[in-house]
Amino acid sequence: MSNLSHQERAQRIAARLASRHASERRFRALGFLSVALSALVLAFLLVTMTANAVGGFKRAELRFQLDLAGGMLQIDPAQLKNDDPVRALEGAGLRDVVQFAAAKALGDKAAAELDSEAWREVARKIASNPALLNSSFDVSLAASDDLASGLRGDGAPQMVALAKDLAAQGKLATRFDPGFLSRSDATSPQAVGIWGALKGSMLTMLVTLALAFPIGVFAAIYLEEFAPRNRWTDLIEVSINNLAAVPSIIFGLLGLALFLGIFPYWRSAPLIGGMTLALMTMPVIVISGRNAIKAVPPSIRDAALAVGASRVQTVFHHVLPLALPGILTGTIIGMARALGETAPLLMIGMKAFVATPPEGFTSPSSVLPVQIFLWSDEINRGFVERTSAAIIVLLLFLLAMNAVAIYLRNRFENRW
Amino acid sequence: MSPVIPILLALALGLVGWLAARGKAWSMRRAARAAGSDLHSLPGYHGWYVALWILVPALLFAIAWASISPGLVLSQVLADPAAAKLPAFGFQREAILAEARAIASGSSDAVFNQQARAMVEPFRAAMQRYSVIGAVVTLLLGMAGGMFAFLRLRPAFTARTSVERAVMGGLLLASLAAIFTTAGIVGSLVFETYRFFQFVSPADFLLGTHWGPDSMASPSQGVTTNYGALPLFWGTVFVGAIIAMVVAIPLGMMSAIFLTQYASPTVRSWMKPILEILAGVPTVVYGYFAALTVAPLIRDFGHAIGIASASSESVLAAGIVMGIMIIPFVSSMADDSIAAVPQAMRDGSLAMGATKSETIRKVLLPAALPGIVAGIMLAVSRAIGETMIVVMAAGATARLTANPFESMTTVTYQIVAMLTGEGSFDHPATLSAFALGMVLFLVTLALNFVALSVVKRFREAYE
Repeated sequence: MSNLSHQERAQRIAARLASRHASERRFRALGFLSVALSALVLAFLLVTMTANAVGGFKRAELRFQLDLAGGMLQIDPAQLKNDDPVRALEGAGLRDVVQFAAAKALGDKAAAELDSEAWREVARKIASNPALLNSSFDVSLAASDDLASGLRGDGAPQMVALAKDLAAQGKLATRFDPGFLSRSDATSPQAVGIWGALKGSMLTMLVTLALAFPIGVFAAIYLEEFAPRNRWTDLIEVSINNLAAVPSIIFGLLGLALFLGIFPYWRSAPLIGGMTLALMTMPVIVISGRNAIKAVPPSIRDAALAVGASRVQTVFHHVLPLALPGILTGTIIGMARALGETAPLLMIGMKAFVATPPEGFTSPSSVLPVQIFLWSDEINRGFVERTSAAIIVLLLFLLAMNAVAIYLRNRFENRW
Repeated sequence: MSPVIPILLALALGLVGWLAARGKAWSMRRAARAAGSDLHSLPGYHGWYVALWILVPALLFAIAWASISPGLVLSQVLADPAAAKLPAFGFQREAILAEARAIASGSSDAVFNQQARAMVEPFRAAMQRYSVIGAVVTLLLGMAGGMFAFLRLRPAFTARTSVERAVMGGLLLASLAAIFTTAGIVGSLVFETYRFFQFVSPADFLLGTHWGPDSMASPSQGVTTNYGALPLFWGTVFVGAIIAMVVAIPLGMMSAIFLTQYASPTVRSWMKPILEILAGVPTVVYGYFAALTVAPLIRDFGHAIGIASASSESVLAAGIVMGIMIIPFVSSMADDSIAAVPQAMRDGSLAMGATKSETIRKVLLPAALPGIVAGIMLAVSRAIGETMIVVMAAGATARLTANPFESMTTVTYQIVAMLTGEGSFDHPATLSAFALGMVLFLVTLALNFVALSVVKRFREAYE
């Protein structure tokens, strides 16, 4: 080095500096790229799901005119007031009337492709508005699976031709299907809905919340405020930290061996599902609860104790209300995780085909993520769109829950 | 019987007791104050004291009754003359009883089996009887507790102390729930695994290379050859610890470095939540994404580069998607470890003239290495326990191969497969799921334990 002239040294340093700065820029670009890549994958996932889901909220419907004028249906309007008007209308021959009208308006081949349960929609419509009984009105009813595939262009050739023909005449089209949110599982993608699974999810989440929230909060209070430092407390802490990291499927095994062992008749009931998920959610609530309680400054406790409150009063009247926003944030995040959980519920049998929404906590039920899993296994193309639509509904629920958590955190977070 | 009715009864009774006791305490307080003294405890505590004495015994009984009454109902039904005509045992008997039970409880109304029709009435009678017994005993227990407590109320009664003691007991019990859960997991896994090892020897299970349980075959068939779990362990490691980590470690680390060291606060406040969304997407959605979108892409790519065996379910698809799911996890662990490196070390390096990237690579990362390694271990433990992605995208074939384009099965996949069938609980195929669960539990436990102690020691080193 010392032999080099001043100028040469300056040049070498400049060259090295340039290469070091170039490597700095490369490193930085690499970092930027990985963040961008992760965000792009997320965007790609959401875009593919949404693109598929748009079709899932629609279904192929045949539109034709139904003429009930002139006493086509031999039924007394008073009969519609009793408890099962759909059955009364079936007895009056509504099914054949609908089929006949379809054949007249669309042709025999197309009428044969009307969904076999489609007349029920007409029946419900009449039941809610008996004035329709003697009138003529337009109906738009679900087409069969085969015709729906034909309209998508991936069915049997004669169905594709028929669908093309009907669509050109404006008699067949995909229309928004509000029933998707109010029906339950079915074997045909034209007839499925997510209400049953959604209700099952809500009941399950209620059980989870009712069990995990009090237990989690109480455990957090005990560990932060009252627990003596000894081996037992350490054991509790270690097991809570470990439970938070145990794979969810192991909780499913526990639910299967323990809860279904005790309550064998409540297989696939929201009660058992909720209990299993509560075990999984509880550690999350304990950990967030402890952090929230720890963040309450000791001066609050000292002040309460100084004016004569007991330790229990101090905690429940002063510490807990201040820590509650933090605890709730953690609870909502834990509940959101439980809502998306599938594997443990498969273990305890929430996998059965359930065509009616659950009536209570002990009746067989499905839940939204398991419904998604079951539909994803179906071969029929129509289920791809329905599955994506169900995923979008699930994601919207999760988004809403997380938004509430973030709002709570920002609105009520205290900085001491 | 619906377990809700006794619980509601108990709650209603508790409310009545609370109101009554509080009312009595208020009048005691007025009388005491007129006499110049006062109650020991506030009236509300008297109310809670009585309510607890009503609720605790009544609710405990209601829950216990919910678990034992189905058995009692069944034994009464079987004592009925109509039950003598049932098939002696087996699947059909169970089906008839289940159907009769469903009809009697009103959850279904169609009779498929004529033998079930005869059983409906006995079931309905037995259910009626035991639900009435349950409700009555719940009420009696609640009233007895409430009476006992109510009669103890005096102006000098230390209701607050009693209630606070009960609250402390409740808090302690709640914190023990974690230990009970852990014990429940270990207990049930050990018990069922022990039963499994009575059929299959541990050596065959852990070291065998052929996996093909048949839940329909006779239980003793193929116990030495069909339960070799080595291919499952390899599949799990290949997906979760190799492919997923190859994706997640570089992306997660570089994201963490960029966001903490380079990004402006605005960029960070936007990008960090977006990364966290990746962690919040349910795994069933990732599984669907892997199966529907990623797997076909990978299969076509495999065919394009001349791998004929590329299948539509591949470990690569499952592994890549799992890696993406793990990115935020790795990134936040790396973030924490880098943040824990003392500012002085960073300042020292920058003051010597090192560029930012040199500081990160040569000072921060080596110093943060133990924390990062621990974070990666936690990420691996999460990846190998992940279920839905592999169930939906990795395939069902157990094979020992290093070709990432082929389908391969994992421990979690087989647990799901073995337990969602119709297999009986006495069959080694069903029990093998618990043995696999045991292995999974022990491995994740060990990974977490080591990782957490590394993190702890690493924090202490800098504090």
